[in-house]
Amino acid sequence: MQQKDVLPMKTNESDKRATTATPETMSGATAVIRSLIAEGVETIFGYPGGAIMPIYDALYDFQDQVHHILVRHEQGATHAAQGYARSNGKVGVVFATSGPGATNLVTGLADAYMDSTPMVCITGQVAASLLGTDAFQETDVIGITTPITKWNIQVTRAEDIPGAIAKAFYIARSGRPGPVLVDITKNAQVAMMEFLYKKCEYIRSYHPIPELNQKSIEDAAELINNAQRPYILCGHGVLIAGAEKELIALAEKAQIPVASTLLGLSAVPVDHPLYVGYLGMHGNYAPNIKTNECDVVIAVGMRFDDRITGDATSYIKQAKVVHIEIDAAEINKIIKADVGVHADAKTALQALLPHVNPAVRKEWIDGFKTLDQEEDKVVRQRELHPTEGELKMAEVVRIISERTKGEAILVTDVGQHQMIASRYYQFKNPNTNITSGGMGTMGFALPAAMGAKVGAPDKEVVAVIGDGCFQMTLQELGTIYQTQIGVKIVILNNNFLGMVRQWQQLFFDKRYSSTEMTNPDFVQIAKGFFVPGRKVTSRDEIVAAVDEMISHDGAYLLEVVVEKEDNVFPMIPAGAPIASIRLQ
Amino acid sequence: MQKEYTITVYTEDRIGITNRITVIFTRRQINITGLTTAETEIPGVYKFVITVLSEREKLDKVVGQIERLIEIHRAFVHEEEDVVYQELALYKVSTQNLHKGNIEQVIRENNARILTVDPEYFVIEKTGHQQELLDMLKHLEPFGMIEYTKSGRVAIVKWSRRFHDHLKDLAKKEADQYKSINV
Repeated sequence: MQQKDVLPMKTNESDKRATTATPETMSGATAVIRSLIAEGVETIFGYPGGAIMPIYDALYDFQDQVHHILVRHEQGATHAAQGYARSNGKVGVVFATSGPGATNLVTGLADAYMDSTPMVCITGQVAASLLGTDAFQETDVIGITTPITKWNIQVTRAEDIPGAIAKAFYIARSGRPGPVLVDITKNAQVAMMEFLYKKCEYIRSYHPIPELNQKSIEDAAELINNAQRPYILCGHGVLIAGAEKELIALAEKAQIPVASTLLGLSAVPVDHPLYVGYLGMHGNYAPNIKTNECDVVIAVGMRFDDRITGDATSYIKQAKVVHIEIDAAEINKIIKADVGVHADAKTALQALLPHVNPAVRKEWIDGFKTLDQEEDKVVRQRELHPTEGELKMAEVVRIISERTKGEAILVTDVGQHQMIASRYYQFKNPNTNITSGGMGTMGFALPAAMGAKVGAPDKEVVAVIGDGCFQMTLQELGTIYQTQIGVKIVILNNNFLGMVRQWQQLFFDKRYSSTEMTNPDFVQIAKGFFVPGRKVTSRDEIVAAVDEMISHDGAYLLEVVVEKEDNVFPMIPAGAPIASIRLQ
Repeated sequence: MQKEYTITVYTEDRIGITNRITVIFTRRQINITGLTTAETEIPGVYKFVITVLSEREKLDKVVGQIERLIEIHRAFVHEEEDVVYQELALYKVSTQNLHKGNIEQVIRENNARILTVDPEYFVIEKTGHQQELLDMLKHLEPFGMIEYTKSGRVAIVKWSRRFHDHLKDLAKKEADQYKSINV
């Protein structure tokens, strides 16, 4: 590796751990652990193997400073690191060995890349002399992960380890965060080196803090001040930048309704009077319909995913667009911005706020309420408060939301249960929604919930998981038992791959091809991992069962048998204009 | 509408950087028709000149995604009229058929030159735009072409001065920083 682009910079005086005054002689493997400690790492999710054994051996001496959590599969380590990063804002760290260990990271890296999650994965690699020879457990992990990491690097010399790790952390957490992979050959791990740690604070080709263009702020303010029907779309970038207060301040000052993307959920409390709901394919009726009626869109830290826009060629054609985004490549990528503000959400909103005039827009805001009543009548009443038939996913989520007072960290997997939980959980606090958005990775929730609980041990963490998803990563129950992680696991079991079945029903003439599941006894499985649990099949048991789960000290699995062929509505068919949204 | 565009990318010197750039074209199913790369006058900064047949709107997004890469300084899309460029071709021609025409005239009229002469063949070099190189190829065919090979594009952007100043500033800043740390 060429280290010349890692510039030696002044280290932060306040962080003594970042600096060692005089070089110390140690192995590359020890340098890995010391570098992580210098970066403030307290938790590592990982799985050992041949090519990373020297690093695990070095770790043995630092067990009092770094907590290593032994997962059951490397994919679980990546999702756990994601959950950890999203619950406490620190960089998630993963260890894996070469070959299959490294390839098992691929799904989690791609997921973290799509969902802008800071993560540093350290993989062992065969000795440099064996690179390219098809050695045992050798794989080109750099080549494999290039398109799905923010940055990656192969280190073949011990002396390059601290610089590479410093750069990895700087890149992972700055700008638009993302996953980084550092691949370290075995010879570099065992060789001796002089350790001197310097945090990376500058890379000459990388500028994570863009210079704010004042003109763009003034132009944005002018559009907003002249708007009759402005509309804020709040994305994940608001949470990443910690700009929730600024966003709400803007909304309140100029009386602008706020809708959220899937990953933007929890930035604005659901009960805020200007919060109008959740956008996209299975979002709320009013916020989707109203995107066709607003005259100025203020998109903050979001990227106009196709699950939001539907047919992008017919999306917000009538409106001017202000797009606030830290990643310049996202501005104009899908939707042309009339004003692009290249900045993080907090910087941009702080600059914008003084330029925006107070306004009153009662009629515009009331319009949302009218449409919302329609959704309430046609969808919500029947979903949330059914009195007969089998249990519905939505009422289970309602009860979880009520019993946790909307204050738990909700971790969801992917599919119907995810859409339902995202629709009905009454989020109160920022960063309490953890889900796989861009990638839609089934199997995400169990390991991610585990990581979220480790990252925020004082918070209640509830994972809502489908029966299909659970069976993709259920081995992590072993990790939960071994590490005593008190996550609450709710399986919404409909014995179907529900979302695929819904599409088959609506778009494939009810030809249920390979979507029905013959499931195991989930409570028995949990019991095998010494995780207590309960199965609920009827409405009169559900409140008590949820309470039992919440009051249990430690991990708990609640299986809820729900209606088999339930559908999630509203729904915008994939690739269709938003106007084609269906309530039933 | 599909057109030929020149893309210039300024990068750090880093193993695998070509792969990082090309996968972005691959994802959008854009075929690279020419690629040259060499170190610029700033040590450690490389310039890629990439030619593609594609659409402007798509390429603006591609360039944005290239610029997002950590080791990329800047990337630009250029229309034909924005760049001064040359490509280089070598022609290996048999000496057996020189009587079939006036090869000296072909060489003179095309501003080409002979690089090497061997009893069996000689090698001619010509720089120019793609069509000129192909025209010359046509003129040489009667003499018995043994091999034809052509480089990618070398391009100077007409408005490029400001960016080069920026790169020089970076190099200076870096040198200053090293100085201040080492003292």
